[in-house]
Amino acid sequence: MFPFLTILVALPAVGAAVLWALPASARSRAREVALGVTVIEIVLFAIMALQFDKGDAGAFQFSETYAWIPQIGTSWALGINGIGLLLIALSVILTPLAILAAWREDKDVKARRDYMALILVSLSFMVGIFAARDVFLFYVLFEAMLIPLYFMIGRFGGLQRRYAAVKFLLFSLAGGLIMLVAVVALYFAGPGGEQAFLTDGLTGSLDLSVGQERLMFLAFFLAFAIKAPMVPVHTWLPDVAETARPGTTALLVAVLDKIGTFGMISLCLVLFPEAAQWAAPGIIVFAVISVIYGALLAIGQRDMMRLVAFTSVSHFGVMILGIFAFQQTSIEGAALYMFNHGLSTGALFLLVGFLVARTGTADVEAYGGLQRVVPVFAGTFLVVGLSSLSLPGLSPFVSEIMVFVGAYPVAAVAVIISAISVVLAALYILRTYQRVFTGPVPEPVPAVRDLTLRERLVAWPLIALMVLLGFAPGVAIDYLREPSADVVAQVTIEEAGA
Amino acid sequence: MNFVTPEISWAPLAPIIIVLGAAAIGVLIEAFIRTPATRRSVQFVYSLIALVVALGVAIVQWVALEGGGTVVAQSMLTVDRQSLAWQTMLLVFGILGLILFASRTRAGESAFTPLGSTAPGSIEETVARRRGFEATEVFPLLLFAVGGMMLFTCVTDYVFLFVALEVFSLALYIMVALARRRRLMSQEAALKYFLLGAFSSALYLFGVALVYGATTQTSFVEVGRGIDAISGREPLLLAGVALVLVGLLFKIGAVPFHSWTPDAYQGAPTPVTAFMGAATKAAATAALVRIVYTSLYPLEWEMSWVFWAVAIASMALGTVLALVQTNIKRMLAYSSVAHAGFILVAFAGFTEEAIAALPFYLLAYGLATIGAFAVVSQVRERGEDGGVGAEAVRLGQWAGLGRRSPLLAGAMALFLLSFAGIPLTAGFIAKFEVFSAAVAGGGWPLVLIGVIASAVAAFFYVRLVVLMFLTDVPDGAEDAIEVEDGSLARLVIMVTAAAVLVLGILPSGVLDVYADAAQFLVLPNG
Repeated sequence: MFPFLTILVALPAVGAAVLWALPASARSRAREVALGVTVIEIVLFAIMALQFDKGDAGAFQFSETYAWIPQIGTSWALGINGIGLLLIALSVILTPLAILAAWREDKDVKARRDYMALILVSLSFMVGIFAARDVFLFYVLFEAMLIPLYFMIGRFGGLQRRYAAVKFLLFSLAGGLIMLVAVVALYFAGPGGEQAFLTDGLTGSLDLSVGQERLMFLAFFLAFAIKAPMVPVHTWLPDVAETARPGTTALLVAVLDKIGTFGMISLCLVLFPEAAQWAAPGIIVFAVISVIYGALLAIGQRDMMRLVAFTSVSHFGVMILGIFAFQQTSIEGAALYMFNHGLSTGALFLLVGFLVARTGTADVEAYGGLQRVVPVFAGTFLVVGLSSLSLPGLSPFVSEIMVFVGAYPVAAVAVIISAISVVLAALYILRTYQRVFTGPVPEPVPAVRDLTLRERLVAWPLIALMVLLGFAPGVAIDYLREPSADVVAQVTIEEAGA
Repeated sequence: MNFVTPEISWAPLAPIIIVLGAAAIGVLIEAFIRTPATRRSVQFVYSLIALVVALGVAIVQWVALEGGGTVVAQSMLTVDRQSLAWQTMLLVFGILGLILFASRTRAGESAFTPLGSTAPGSIEETVARRRGFEATEVFPLLLFAVGGMMLFTCVTDYVFLFVALEVFSLALYIMVALARRRRLMSQEAALKYFLLGAFSSALYLFGVALVYGATTQTSFVEVGRGIDAISGREPLLLAGVALVLVGLLFKIGAVPFHSWTPDAYQGAPTPVTAFMGAATKAAATAALVRIVYTSLYPLEWEMSWVFWAVAIASMALGTVLALVQTNIKRMLAYSSVAHAGFILVAFAGFTEEAIAALPFYLLAYGLATIGAFAVVSQVRERGEDGGVGAEAVRLGQWAGLGRRSPLLAGAMALFLLSFAGIPLTAGFIAKFEVFSAAVAGGGWPLVLIGVIASAVAAFFYVRLVVLMFLTDVPDGAEDAIEVEDGSLARLVIMVTAAAVLVLGILPSGVLDVYADAAQFLVLPNG
């Protein structure tokens, strides 16, 4: 069979190598090359997605397994189920948009080339992580991905970028290293042999005492909670969002942070079902705290990038609530939310970025009355903002409702408290819109351009997708039903047994 | 007591004989070729050929080895796969080190003082420099060191081990003292290293005497059987074993026997630091593995707390002290102390896995160390006369290096990431192997501490990366740094960087080799 996934992983990395190898004369074409690579990636992905068997979305498809380091039991094993497919879709859609958004960011040709190459490298890692069927491979990519991101944050962005990059790196590294201990332990608890780390082989066959399983669950969960980000280990995100380039932040929050929630579903729940049951009440408490605390802090922000970052903390809380409610609908909803949140928050970060590019500040107070000056921009911003507060008709609404409805039977109190966030969301989004776009037009009229063609190309496809999935969510849910059912079955078998 | 002439089969020792023999002839070359420039070229090429030939012979022996290996000289030496694996590693380090030794600046300066016997700052020194003298004795000294270390990995007798220890140590003491610049610091470093080294050698020897007193044996295996026979704690034996371990832990650079490392690393000429940092640790680890697994293993219970305590102390202290360093060489020295701790983590539980994991760890660590110090040797201050000065070792001086020479800084970043154990570098696989071995032996808590130490250590490795790539050159300091482009040093950097990447991404082949090597020919109970 055609090795789609390996090629999807390798193509962007090769593209990055090409960019770095470009002769000085061709260096100014780096953007076009990078965009070209991502377009080929989308086409390849589309061909693969069309061959994906929806009827069997719970099983790993397009599986490839090659021996990698058999001595330590790890293989180059890729394969995707419905959830993986959706998240890879999100990655390949958002990357070209981030490239477009960064089109004019760098005057220096070399810096621009470096940024484009780094974006491509991180795309490789994203696809690889969502496709990994081997825990060791997952871990390697999970940690190695920090390197391109670290440089993307630390080299390109605002004044505090070095501080933000180091903070990001140390938070992630600390989580990752604790996870490493669990990965090592997994080898000894699992079946062993030359393919000891295959997720399939490990599932249900771990030989662990209750205490060991719980410790290992916590080690994995901590790493994912830092990535996701969940209160109280979320503090790196606002700092990064404030100072990093909007394109970087958009990719980071929209796609890379999903690795956290993706890992919770496909590793934490599947490998350690009993421990997941045990920890669920506590995790749900923290999830609810994230939901409310994130929303409240968002209301208090003056910096729009920070504001959007805190809304994400709140939204991630909802996803985690859905995951740890262990209900078919709530997990489906959480997985769908991962995709939708990527579209909506990605768009929001990029739009704020466009605004900042025009005026040089993300401070809400510096704006006012822009509606009359830049009507298209205002309209676009409003639609994207409304999606973020889960307006019916736009896709995030569907997923949020699914999480709440699905989780209600088992965690009614948590759902009721979390639902308050919907009101808070209206507050932080609409107040921001109000302060930036409505009110009297300032004198003199600010010389701000309306959305350019390039910027429309970035924002509108995302809006189109949100509308499509808002009215026909079934298109995506078809891919999620079976994987979610499998996860629920995996978790509840243990319960029945216990 | 009858004295029996030992029958020695020389063939298995061929690589060692080649290296040590070449070293002896190298000393004669010193005496007979008078022109410094010619002598330098001859010595370099000659030593290189000797090491490459020895490496070739060692590889042929590995391939041709049937059965477990050979016991040479009535159990004084054993050449088995284990020792051949270490010998080839040491030869590779030796070759890379040799190439660094021969590297020169644009102005044609080597890293070594023209004449070691002159007082720093004296007229004689100036004259020696003007006349173009060259301290080419470093080449045979390097061969002696490599040969001694190779011997160190296959010795199976406590007394003979002492001889091998002194062969390579004496060569190292001299080389440390021969820095071209900052000579006082170099001589101070050598003196400290020598005094502490001599002290630890003496402790080792005393330990051997006590062990002999308790077991009436000096060969590893016989001592092992003797310990078995004593059964029960014999104070004489325990004291002896403790002192023997002190001698080896000193060479590995583990806390509390680490105090020589920062000074010796900082003061030594950087090529010597590179070689010493990589090879001494490897040789000492090799000997420690052999002693622990073939001789002292009946004392597993008594020894394990020593290993645990030293490992924890090394990781903790090495990491914390590295955090506060402002000098790159000192920082790398303390990082080497932390790595000594990681090495000892593998010994937790004394598992079979450790025997295969340790060579890989030392290989990964050694390559990155040689590469990192090679980079250090290329970043220079501008001298007072406007020419190229001493190495720029203050951390702040590295600000913006990534802009100035991206490839050099990129390689350095790679080595640092490997030290930190980030995936896709050799250091990660190495750390994973060592941690697996420890977990297999029940060393959970050690692994946890190791992981925490790694996380803290990442901070100071990353700090240098930040300086190189994310910090601008301070205003007015654009010309304060000169980046050398010695082609030999570049070669070493390229080779080590490529090796670190390959070992990080496709380590299977090498892991296989070391898995094969994980057996000893002679075991006390076999």
